[in-house]
Amino acid sequence: MSELSAVAQRAVEAATGAGASDAEAYVSRESGREVRVHGGEVESLTAAVQIGAGVRAWAGHRVGYAYGTDLSEAGVAAIAARAAEAAEVADEDEFASPPQPAKFEALPGLGDPSIAEWETSRVADLALAVERTALAGDPRLVAVETAVYADADEQVAIASSTGVAGEYETSSCYAYLQALAEGEGARESGLGFGLARGPRGLDPEAIGAEGARRALEMIGAGKPASRSCPVVLDETVAASFVGLIGGGLSARAVQRGRSPLAGRLEEEVASEVFVLHDDGREPDGPASAPFDAEGVPRRRTALIEGGRLRSYLYDTYTANREGGASTGSASRQGYRSLPSVSSSNLVVAPGDRSFEQLLAAAGNGVYVTDVAGLHSGVNPVTGVFSVGASGRMIRDGALAEAVREFTIAGELVAMLGAVSAAGAESRWVPFGGSVSTPPLLIAEMAISGS
Amino acid sequence: MTQLLDQDVAARVLARALANGGRFAEVFAERRQGQSLAIDEQRIESVQSGAEEGAGVRVVEGNTTYFAHVDGLDPADLERAADEAAAALKGDRREPQPLRARETTPLPIERRPEEVAAAQKAEMLRELDERGRAKGAEIAQLTASYLESRRQVTVANSDGLFSGDDRTRVRIGAQVVARRNDTVETGAETLGAHRGYELLEDDPGQIAEQAAAKALTLLDAVAAPSGSMPVVVGGGFGGVLFHEMTGHGLEADHIQKGASVYIDKLGERVAQPLLNAYDDGRLPGEWGSDAIDDEGQPTQMTQVIEDGRLTSYLYDHLTAERAGAASTGNGRRESFRHLPIPRMTNTYIAPGDAAPEEMIAEVERGFYAVSFGGGQVDTATGDFVFGVSEGYLIEGGKVTSPCRGATLIGNCLDALAAIDAVGNDFFMKTGICGKGGQKVPVGTGQGHVRVRAMTVGGTER
Repeated sequence: MSELSAVAQRAVEAATGAGASDAEAYVSRESGREVRVHGGEVESLTAAVQIGAGVRAWAGHRVGYAYGTDLSEAGVAAIAARAAEAAEVADEDEFASPPQPAKFEALPGLGDPSIAEWETSRVADLALAVERTALAGDPRLVAVETAVYADADEQVAIASSTGVAGEYETSSCYAYLQALAEGEGARESGLGFGLARGPRGLDPEAIGAEGARRALEMIGAGKPASRSCPVVLDETVAASFVGLIGGGLSARAVQRGRSPLAGRLEEEVASEVFVLHDDGREPDGPASAPFDAEGVPRRRTALIEGGRLRSYLYDTYTANREGGASTGSASRQGYRSLPSVSSSNLVVAPGDRSFEQLLAAAGNGVYVTDVAGLHSGVNPVTGVFSVGASGRMIRDGALAEAVREFTIAGELVAMLGAVSAAGAESRWVPFGGSVSTPPLLIAEMAISGS
Repeated sequence: MTQLLDQDVAARVLARALANGGRFAEVFAERRQGQSLAIDEQRIESVQSGAEEGAGVRVVEGNTTYFAHVDGLDPADLERAADEAAAALKGDRREPQPLRARETTPLPIERRPEEVAAAQKAEMLRELDERGRAKGAEIAQLTASYLESRRQVTVANSDGLFSGDDRTRVRIGAQVVARRNDTVETGAETLGAHRGYELLEDDPGQIAEQAAAKALTLLDAVAAPSGSMPVVVGGGFGGVLFHEMTGHGLEADHIQKGASVYIDKLGERVAQPLLNAYDDGRLPGEWGSDAIDDEGQPTQMTQVIEDGRLTSYLYDHLTAERAGAASTGNGRRESFRHLPIPRMTNTYIAPGDAAPEEMIAEVERGFYAVSFGGGQVDTATGDFVFGVSEGYLIEGGKVTSPCRGATLIGNCLDALAAIDAVGNDFFMKTGICGKGGQKVPVGTGQGHVRVRAMTVGGTER
């Protein structure tokens, strides 16, 4: 048993010793680094280790939670006691009970040794290469606001009084930049990014070139006229919307009447083109793990197939409310947060259209490459949205002039019904959680510009 | 106030941080404690508390900052962080200046929230629930939450600064879902301050009623209009408009990296003469206030726009040094795990002399945005967007139908110059601002403000 599992076990015993009828402890240790570069120099270099524990305690059917960073014997006892005390404040909820242990299969390949092997100077060179590539080749590229490389290696252990016990280790890294291009009296910015389990999986030239391309393409952008027309969402924008759909599929939101997809199980909610799974064991998925935030095995769940809503996402509590089984969809943001229902990796099935065929199918419309204001412009309860956007016009099936300062508006479920084609190439995107999606053609959307 | 670190421990850590050279070193120690709970489906749940402590050490040499942070405040933990930050430097040892303790007075807290029983906080949430639900049978769901946090900080640097602060914040929020047949609408309201539990002694239940009223109003909403039109923005959280469209672009890191539309605009006319605006980290009890910033600099009132002219950017230690300016006390960090960067505190447009009713009466056809869900700006291009949480049509100088699904969109310099009236009904609201992956509490404020023309993006066909 590792040191983390030993801490978890000790915390569980301390909580039951402090009066909890059941307890669960989640302990994580994360070591990470971040390099920010600007102007051909390293701007900041961060090295850090974070370790902490979160304890969930039950007093019958009442739940409390506490977390802390002091993992000495006294520190763990104090966290456990605060969790037991917090449970006494909560109200009774007959469905609140601890998860039962279930066998989970190991998931090899979550860690990449290149994180440990690459010295900090080497990953700093990677970040510098991202910036250098973006600025090479076109004099209109005037600066890179920031180019960032970051990685983390995380160990997780969980234990509970019902016999849940497990641990795993996972690594992740990313690099991104915001390139700035100048032309026609204005500055434009462009994002490039890449994700991998270790630095050897990143292509700095591709990341830099993407930022440069996106910034250059926006030069001279004007405001489009208001209209209703076909819209192609690029992978980053499609991922943001898919993430919102994933939020609406959380059984917690559904059971509490706060989802546009509530009460729609087995109903037609999307076009047949739009096929969506949650896959917590997908080998390339950034959120993959052998078990979820409460020790239930991660799995693959069909969410939308054949145009119909097949399943919601459940943790133990929401499954108890319906007398069903958890889909292994408990998540948390580290040891500081209570587990709650959310998607792991959302995977949209790729279609059969090349990018050119998607544009041809759109005919005359808009290709959206960036959206802004998602946190304020989308109502997750009703699904009504209106968000800022930028991109390119599509004229006669081909990309035309750049456009910005307009909004796209509609309703999430109606948008799913209007997906009329999916591209053949998918990409992992860190927006909207962790999403793999191809570009999507929406038959009609409201554009508001001049 | 008592510091988290002994002065001699801090001095030793700084000396170690400069063991391999560096022109500046700093240690930032922090103890964080908090409690939160919520009510949902009329049950108290999500009762939780946290306690963390740790420190971040940075060393600056040339244009590079070396930063390490650790959990724990034992001298050994701090020295480990100092060694790690210094590890990549290759120069000769430098001696830090002797530390001189600087007395600061934290904002006063009358009633420490951690001394109030959790059961009393639960009762307060039950009252919110009852008050909100009492607004009508169409209230389908109500959730309310309570959050308290305390951050004790000590900061010491190689220029001899040794200072600290003790910050307590309390915030409650209510979210309501209203339903009439197939129509569903939501409403939300918050109340927060850099104060203790005394904040909640004066009728906290009214925020649940306000959230419920918003949701109920929207049940009669029509689809928001689309196109360019005059927009009147409400007071308080309407100030997020200025926060996004100007405040972020004045943060000196964006300026120095070429990522702001306000570069080279100091002293220039950017708005009509009726506009005066400030960032003020000293406003008593306000959500974005602190005694010192997270680099130990006393917070201050900075006028950023005077009679329509741009008068100041917002600086932290490093950007001020680079610009040959003085820090404006805007070096803030989410926690000891983050580097300080220039951030707003409480940002507001000072009250003008227009009566809000008249500002609306002068509009033939336009949009009235009472409050926002939030906003976002690309400082480099100046493009911004705001999601309207409560908005109405203005027709013939009168506020008429409520609208759903509206977003305001525009470009900073155009929209700022288009402000043609500022109301006399000033107040402040609380927000959480995200930048570079760090969230900090900020205040926003204004009276009613009218923008001559702005694009409203709605769903109306």
